[in-house]
Amino acid sequence: METPLLIFNENGIYCKEANVYLDPWHPVDRAIITHGHADHSRWGNKEYITHTTNVPIIKHRLGEIVVHGKEYNEKFVVNNVTFSLHPAGHIIGSSQVRVEHKGEVWVFTGDYKIENDGVATPYEPVKCHTFITECTFGIPPFKWVPQEQVFKNINQWWANNREEGKTSVLFGYSLGKAQRLLKYLDTSIGKIYTHGAIENMTEVLRPQVLFPPTTLITRDTKKKELIGNIVLAPPSAHGSTWIRKMVPFVTASASGWMAFRGARRRRAIDKGFVLSDHCDWEGLLKAIESTGAEKIIATHGYTEIFSRYLRDQGYDARTEQTQFEGEMNELNTEPEEKPAP
Amino acid sequence: MKLFANLIRDLDSTNKTTAKVAALVDYFNKAPDADKVWAIAILSHRRPPRPVNTTIVRSWAAESANIPLWLFEESYHIVGDLAETIALVVPSSQNSCDKSLSHFIKEIIELKSLDDKEKKTYLVKNWKALAYYESFVFNKLITGSLRIGISQKLMTRSLSISTGLEEDVLAYRLMGNWDPGTTTFHNLIIEQRKSDYVSKPYPFYLAYGLEGKIDELGNVTDWNIEHKWDGIRAQIIVRNQEVFIWSRGEELVTDKYPEFHGMPGNIPDGTVLDGEILAFPNGVIGSFNDLQTRIGRKNISKNLLKKSPVILKVYDLLEWEGIDIRNLSLLKRREQLELLLKNPNVGKLPLYLSENKLLNSWEEVAKERSKSREHRSEGLMLKRKDSPYRVGRKKGDWWKWKVDPLSIDAVLTYAMRGHGRRTNLFTDYTFALWDKDRSELVTFAKAYSGLTDAEFRKVDSWIKKNTLERFGPVRSVTPKLVFEIAFEGVALSKRHKSGIATRFPRILKWRQDKKIEEANSLEDLKMMIPFLDSV
Repeated sequence: METPLLIFNENGIYCKEANVYLDPWHPVDRAIITHGHADHSRWGNKEYITHTTNVPIIKHRLGEIVVHGKEYNEKFVVNNVTFSLHPAGHIIGSSQVRVEHKGEVWVFTGDYKIENDGVATPYEPVKCHTFITECTFGIPPFKWVPQEQVFKNINQWWANNREEGKTSVLFGYSLGKAQRLLKYLDTSIGKIYTHGAIENMTEVLRPQVLFPPTTLITRDTKKKELIGNIVLAPPSAHGSTWIRKMVPFVTASASGWMAFRGARRRRAIDKGFVLSDHCDWEGLLKAIESTGAEKIIATHGYTEIFSRYLRDQGYDARTEQTQFEGEMNELNTEPEEKPAP
Repeated sequence: MKLFANLIRDLDSTNKTTAKVAALVDYFNKAPDADKVWAIAILSHRRPPRPVNTTIVRSWAAESANIPLWLFEESYHIVGDLAETIALVVPSSQNSCDKSLSHFIKEIIELKSLDDKEKKTYLVKNWKALAYYESFVFNKLITGSLRIGISQKLMTRSLSISTGLEEDVLAYRLMGNWDPGTTTFHNLIIEQRKSDYVSKPYPFYLAYGLEGKIDELGNVTDWNIEHKWDGIRAQIIVRNQEVFIWSRGEELVTDKYPEFHGMPGNIPDGTVLDGEILAFPNGVIGSFNDLQTRIGRKNISKNLLKKSPVILKVYDLLEWEGIDIRNLSLLKRREQLELLLKNPNVGKLPLYLSENKLLNSWEEVAKERSKSREHRSEGLMLKRKDSPYRVGRKKGDWWKWKVDPLSIDAVLTYAMRGHGRRTNLFTDYTFALWDKDRSELVTFAKAYSGLTDAEFRKVDSWIKKNTLERFGPVRSVTPKLVFEIAFEGVALSKRHKSGIATRFPRILKWRQDKKIEEANSLEDLKMMIPFLDSV
């Protein structure tokens, strides 16, 4: 039997023909990286290939690395295998990886969403034979509402808190979610303050995207000046001593998991906004259909349930174990850079 | 429905008591009277009877969501709440619904007598017509109670703010057997009718666990010291030649305990006793496990009554000769109680005084406590002799001083996803101990609590990586993790596979230092059973 074009081994998703790994979880010689989240772009590879927009991001996270930037749709050949990157719509600089060899086409999504969030380059479906898809939210209860509605609610929440003389603390990942939130916060309500991890990452992205102004919270920031304004913080800041400066404050989290009442209550967070950078159930099904693929490999998420449903629908679907984490299920587990002192 | 759904959403989206009270007050100020009565009823677990069985509701929901039933069931296991799952998967409306809560309740009560086809039409119509959160609340009314954590305290405080009436008065009015279908807000809250009082219990006074050192309580002779009995807290009311038995969960359980049906006639009308219902096999106090055979049963056979009779250990008298005496001191109330129990007519009844231990020092008290298990008690109750009988959980006058729990090291064998705030996390665990020759692990207890959120997350992620088999929502896992399990008591049991039942098992500690070979055996557990040689 011929080796499949991509296999799952102990180091990651491997293309033997090209001797290239996609988002490897152990150090390898050559890695194509879909996006800058820590579970997809790990430390220690000899050579990184990724989208040009993602280059400053992973350099910021990983320090001095050997990295080559590619444009979307730009073909590059490694040992007779043709690779190209295509927009995944997940976060800024995120790509799907198309792999073609002898007429056979595979696509690996990394993380993706089909809604255009106005920050990341919008997702584009790529025709393929085998589609390796995440399914973080691959069960029917996950149904996103359009982001305009969510941002309307977020701004309304902020305005209400301001009226009550409280500081709004909004949690979102420092890369991706934070900038998406930042982009749509209504600065006519008040000022936007940031946690160090978010400020640093946003600074990296400012040359590429227009964001409203932000103020970093430092030791010298006065408690009083925060009142009525909004603070963007990574989830790991929840329950930390850092957050005490914001008293009196109200907390909210923006995540796909906020769709569940239980998840909201577990976090002891005042308010949950359902906002994800992954596909919802319908989004996944739509994406799969538009690729025309017959073979589907489900990686991280509700893989067993999702692939069983796909088999019911007539797809040749299976699951593979990976070390990707999708949208982290819990607070305080996101690997975060230390805030600037 | 919009108003009530908003109330539930507000209550659900905050942990702050003040915010909850504000939401309730706002609701009580805005809602029509008929809705208020139903809102109070629902939030104090008096919901209308379930109009349709949930199995069939699940199949209708799957059909309306256009997904196979198995996928609906899987989704349900992950979401952890049926009402929420339905609201999430069946497409809901963008518009909210102004039809009143009581109107919905009326329809839901009438639904019970309709046939399945009509029930389905009604449900599907509403799923599609209601906005998401309204649909969730609607489903809660159909499928089960809203476990939303409104304590009696919160409810009465809010009503007090809204009506200007005193909290303790309101707490009393909300007790007992009122029917939201026939009671008006006026009759329930503002001006109660005499006839409503007949079966009405008083709010229970609840004790806190002892904080600090025992000798900080002052003079030992200022305290009434009793054993803390491990049964069902109950209030028995004799009024109008009738008897009413209330459990602490405000459930009327009169029918379950015919032992007390002879009280009218032998106990004067206008008497209310507070005590503990205990199993009393062979003329001695039994274990909670003995009592368990009675708790679930509605129809009590003669045989069961003979095998597992019950008694009431009485510790307080709340009403005497029709007068509420809760404001008298405990000393005075107990005097009257002891007199009552000495009456020869009362002697025939299964009523026993919960004795005040006459002890002279806190050392003697500590010694008495250490003998609790021999007395089949959970520890001691310390009650200030000059204290009134208060409403609800209040600090200062009553303390419980329980014995330290027993504990044993067990192996995690199965896990299930939790509910409520543990949705989607594996937090419900089954534990096993070694059998006699230490070759096989035998299930002995389930436990859901005792780990920190961070530990639960760690164990959850371990479980996901070490699953052996899946049985619906349950997973068997590689036997590897050892936990110290604490419990209040242990007894032989025919209903348990292991032959042993533990009382209130919970996780004491994750023993990361122990290998499964070092876990305990069933034999070790058996050794902890008191009076084993007499069984």
